[in-house]
Amino acid sequence: MRRRVVWKEEACIGCRLCEVYCVTAHSRYPGDVLKAFKRDPDRPVPRVVLEEKGPVSFALSCRQCEEPECVKSCLTGALGVDPARGVVVVDEQHCIGCWTCIVACPWGAIRPSRGEQPVAIKCDLCLGRLGIPACVGNCPNEALQLQECGKEG
Amino acid sequence: MQYVIIGNSAAGIGAVEGIRRVDRANPIILVADEPYPTYSRPLISYYLEGRIEETGMGYRPPGFYTENGVTTRLETKVERIDTELGQVVLDTGELLPYDRLLLAAGSRPVVPPIKGIDTEGVYFFNRFDDVRALRSQVRHGCRAAVVGAGLTGLKAAEALAHLGLRVTVADISPFVLSTILDATGAEIVRGHLEESGVHFLLGTPAVGVTGIPAAVAGMKDEWKNLKEKYRKVLVRENRVDSLVFTDGFAVPVDVVILATGVRPNLEIVEGSGIAVNQGILVDERLQTNIPGIYAAGDISEGWDLVTRERRVIATLPNAYKQGEVAGINMAGGNAEYPGGMQMNSVNFFGLSIATAGLSNVDDPALEVVTRVDSAHRVYRRMTLRDGRLVGFICIGDVGRAGILTALIRNGVPVGGWEERLLEGDFGIIDLPVEVRRNWQLA
Repeated sequence: MRRRVVWKEEACIGCRLCEVYCVTAHSRYPGDVLKAFKRDPDRPVPRVVLEEKGPVSFALSCRQCEEPECVKSCLTGALGVDPARGVVVVDEQHCIGCWTCIVACPWGAIRPSRGEQPVAIKCDLCLGRLGIPACVGNCPNEALQLQECGKEG
Repeated sequence: MQYVIIGNSAAGIGAVEGIRRVDRANPIILVADEPYPTYSRPLISYYLEGRIEETGMGYRPPGFYTENGVTTRLETKVERIDTELGQVVLDTGELLPYDRLLLAAGSRPVVPPIKGIDTEGVYFFNRFDDVRALRSQVRHGCRAAVVGAGLTGLKAAEALAHLGLRVTVADISPFVLSTILDATGAEIVRGHLEESGVHFLLGTPAVGVTGIPAAVAGMKDEWKNLKEKYRKVLVRENRVDSLVFTDGFAVPVDVVILATGVRPNLEIVEGSGIAVNQGILVDERLQTNIPGIYAAGDISEGWDLVTRERRVIATLPNAYKQGEVAGINMAGGNAEYPGGMQMNSVNFFGLSIATAGLSNVDDPALEVVTRVDSAHRVYRRMTLRDGRLVGFICIGDVGRAGILTALIRNGVPVGGWEERLLEGDFGIIDLPVEVRRNWQLA
């Protein structure tokens, strides 16, 4: 069982609120957009990638693949699957920022964090933070949904 | 059903996890010559520079073996494989019977043709023990020479430079990372490393290490009676003091690191009837020519989906994935390995480098497109064959490079929009709509 955020291309208008709320949810002020952007000096990078070209746009995040290339390729064992929660997780303490996962992920859904010693950052479905992912909960057009799925990738 | 796995690194661990996807019950015995629980080899350079400690080296968490029903036999050498009786003969004479056997004993460093490499102060850079010994020997201000400007050698050089050593890297090739980069890429990387304090001597073979090895070594017992100040002098003389090149040029050094590549540990299969070429030959299920015996990782010679030939691919991701497929098949499942490819991602002093497939090959049958911005140390090179991507180099910006890797793996036609691949913001949205819609099925 996997859970992941899926997008509806026809409903996405490219407003980037998914990025805004993703950043906020993972900042020091998870409940406050203004504080997150104005007062958190280590404001995180968004874990969702808004892709846009002409009228087409969609917000892509980790597909939580059933056969995750990133986990299999990880040099240190920092990437793993949390079977209970159906999500691919990064142990940020154990990541050395070699970016093998970035070169392995077919979706381009992993990015480096900011800072002196950047680590791999990816969608964690806001588990342990919010009931539903912040991007899903704050999409004004319901273009993002949380899906429970059997197979992927 | 008794499973035996020889090897405790990525391929061996992949096999444990592969077996357990199919069979939760039957016992697994894992044999390895090193004394440590599974650790991540690429982390040894980070351990050397002190960025991580021994407790942070684990490739899997401490409870891994217990949770997976694995009995480990560490610090144990395999003498040979008896394929007739189906048992592994250990160097203690003990016999380990198996029903399914995985050979995942990895590779070991190539010993370069350099005189005097048994002198004290000369190290390989492949195993945890290598860097444990090295870490006790190096300190700020020491002089180090690294022989081999490949991934391993340059990671060693970076760690030593971080520790405050004066580091010289030597290679026969006139270019760094010559197995994965082209000249343009290599010059960018060399420039960056030089600016970070690493010195290079490229294009000249190192031929010897000097010190005073044998003559003084026999006197060791007598040293104990000497005064401390004399003993110090003798100890120093017994150590390496210079690295000598073919042209007679010599670099004064306190330590020498040898990093001139690896080759498969094939001794364990000698006389066993298991077929080998450069590595142990395996089919698409990772089985050797002998039913019930599988091989994975650096020791094996499996299918390369880019070069379309059997080849040893000594990278960790390939080892894990081969191990996993082998494990599934050992346990009675049915998995095929689609083939691997050379794929590396590394960074030196903050400069990221990612390569895959035929990254640096010049061949009239291949089409190459490049974009270079040397001032900002950004470089992209895409290699196409018959309109499909078969390799890339990304330096400086490796963001979302996995999409390129997937284009190679899936053999997607990219003719007509290959120039777009050179842009750093290349994304899923740039794929033709029919490719994009089917991306998750790819």
